[in-house]
Amino acid sequence: MDHFPGNWGQPRSRDDHVFSSTDYFPGHNAYDVGSRAASGPAQRTQQPMVTGTSVLGITFKDGIMLAADTLASYGSLARFRDVQRIIKVGDSTLIGASGEVADFQYIEHILETLTIQEYDHDDGQKLSPRHIYEYLSRVMYGRRSNFNPLWNSLIVGGVKDGDRFLGFVDLQGTTYQSSTIATGYGAYIGQPLLRKAVEGREDELTEEEARKVLEDVMRVLFYRDARSLNKIQIATVTAAGSKITEPYELQTEWAFAEGVRGYGA
Amino acid sequence: MAMKVELPQKGFNFENFQRNAVLADKGYKAPKVTKTGTTICGCLYKDGLVLGADTRATEGPIVADKNCEKIHYLAPNMYCCGAGTAADCDHTTHLIESKLELHRLQTGRPSRVSTALTMLKQMLFRYQGQIGCALVLGGFDVNGPHLYTIYPHGSTDKLPYVTMGSGSLAAMAVFESRWRKDMEREEAAELVKDAISAGIFNDLGSGSNVDVCIITADGVDYRRGYDKPNQRGVKEQSYKFAKGTTAILTEDIRQFVDVVEGDAMDIS
Repeated sequence: MDHFPGNWGQPRSRDDHVFSSTDYFPGHNAYDVGSRAASGPAQRTQQPMVTGTSVLGITFKDGIMLAADTLASYGSLARFRDVQRIIKVGDSTLIGASGEVADFQYIEHILETLTIQEYDHDDGQKLSPRHIYEYLSRVMYGRRSNFNPLWNSLIVGGVKDGDRFLGFVDLQGTTYQSSTIATGYGAYIGQPLLRKAVEGREDELTEEEARKVLEDVMRVLFYRDARSLNKIQIATVTAAGSKITEPYELQTEWAFAEGVRGYGA
Repeated sequence: MAMKVELPQKGFNFENFQRNAVLADKGYKAPKVTKTGTTICGCLYKDGLVLGADTRATEGPIVADKNCEKIHYLAPNMYCCGAGTAADCDHTTHLIESKLELHRLQTGRPSRVSTALTMLKQMLFRYQGQIGCALVLGGFDVNGPHLYTIYPHGSTDKLPYVTMGSGSLAAMAVFESRWRKDMEREEAAELVKDAISAGIFNDLGSGSNVDVCIITADGVDYRRGYDKPNQRGVKEQSYKFAKGTTAILTEDIRQFVDVVEGDAMDIS
């Protein structure tokens, strides 16, 4: 993905799967931001500093389950190892976020403001997962349209009146809904496993099975994502309400490496 | 009279590299390369090893070959899966196959996997990554089964299970969740098939069929088209036009050549 907004909407090279547009527009990539003249239209786009990695979400028989680790990285430094990246909004919705932690904290704040406003209306209506999803999608796309994105990929999941909902929205305002969703590296490593385990069986998967699937995938992500941690949280939402577990450690297996010696040994 | 012999400069000649950079600046677009997109993998099991590959070759966003062969023969006891630039994989593996055969004739012994490994890595390093081959090399020699990955710049890894190519993350996810030491033959083949399938269905650069190659002390079982999960639908009827569908209005037959007996070519 080209993170430099000055290039968004610019003519693409025919071979932009081979060469990136930054090769054809020197002075307009993130590495040339020294000169003001070369930096294109005014914008406040940033680069993420403190980031969370993948979040996973699946639909099961009784509702939705989300999983995320509790790490906030500072580049390659594992800076904050007990961060909660999944939050409750009301009784029926959960939101998990990857990307910039500061932006997620701001999203938490605006959702709290929203909740308070809804409470003040005092009309007996409660915010449903779809309402929160729609609201967040518009916020995210609106920020992107002003070149000032909230640098996150969010998974919104919830159950309201028997209707299970699981949706994705990201810093560009891209949205989609599916019975399995994964952000970050989870999309490459986790989705194949989630799809195999869940697709076609959304109405039969029990809570135990769903938890096992998510734990397995989080373990594989810990093996293969260099910015992940084996301390995770699983969040569940059903008709009965939502709950987020305390962070716990996953068991990992490294003994296979005993027979391996050095490079090209 | 002594003539000064002009010895070629050692090492790879990077002059063309500079020329290409100048041409690119001037706006010349380099030709599109056929890559193999690809999911390739290999894993060790109780009696040997299993190699697997998908069969899609891409040229940018277009599928160039729906059923190409990515598991290349190197020796009677050794096969090599290739990802990256298709031409580079083909030619590099053919070259090393030839070198190995000559080596076998000279030593009088079956080839060792480490021999092929060393030949491949030294060549790829010499070309500084300009040869776009990412290989999964597997074979069974006098010291047992061996499985290696070789990267375009010439580094190698020796591991019990490996994946390469654009679908490698999907395939590795399957391996990481299900691989165990000392699996049975059928279980290992199923695992490899599932890993390649994960790449085929979740990676756009991979597709079509699964090829599998099982190598043991007894020999090689090369299963082209081990699984075909993407066969086109069978047409329900025959849509061929019957003879006579198009009415003939007039007929005009002309003889341009008079065929006479005895005009045969004189080949005495």
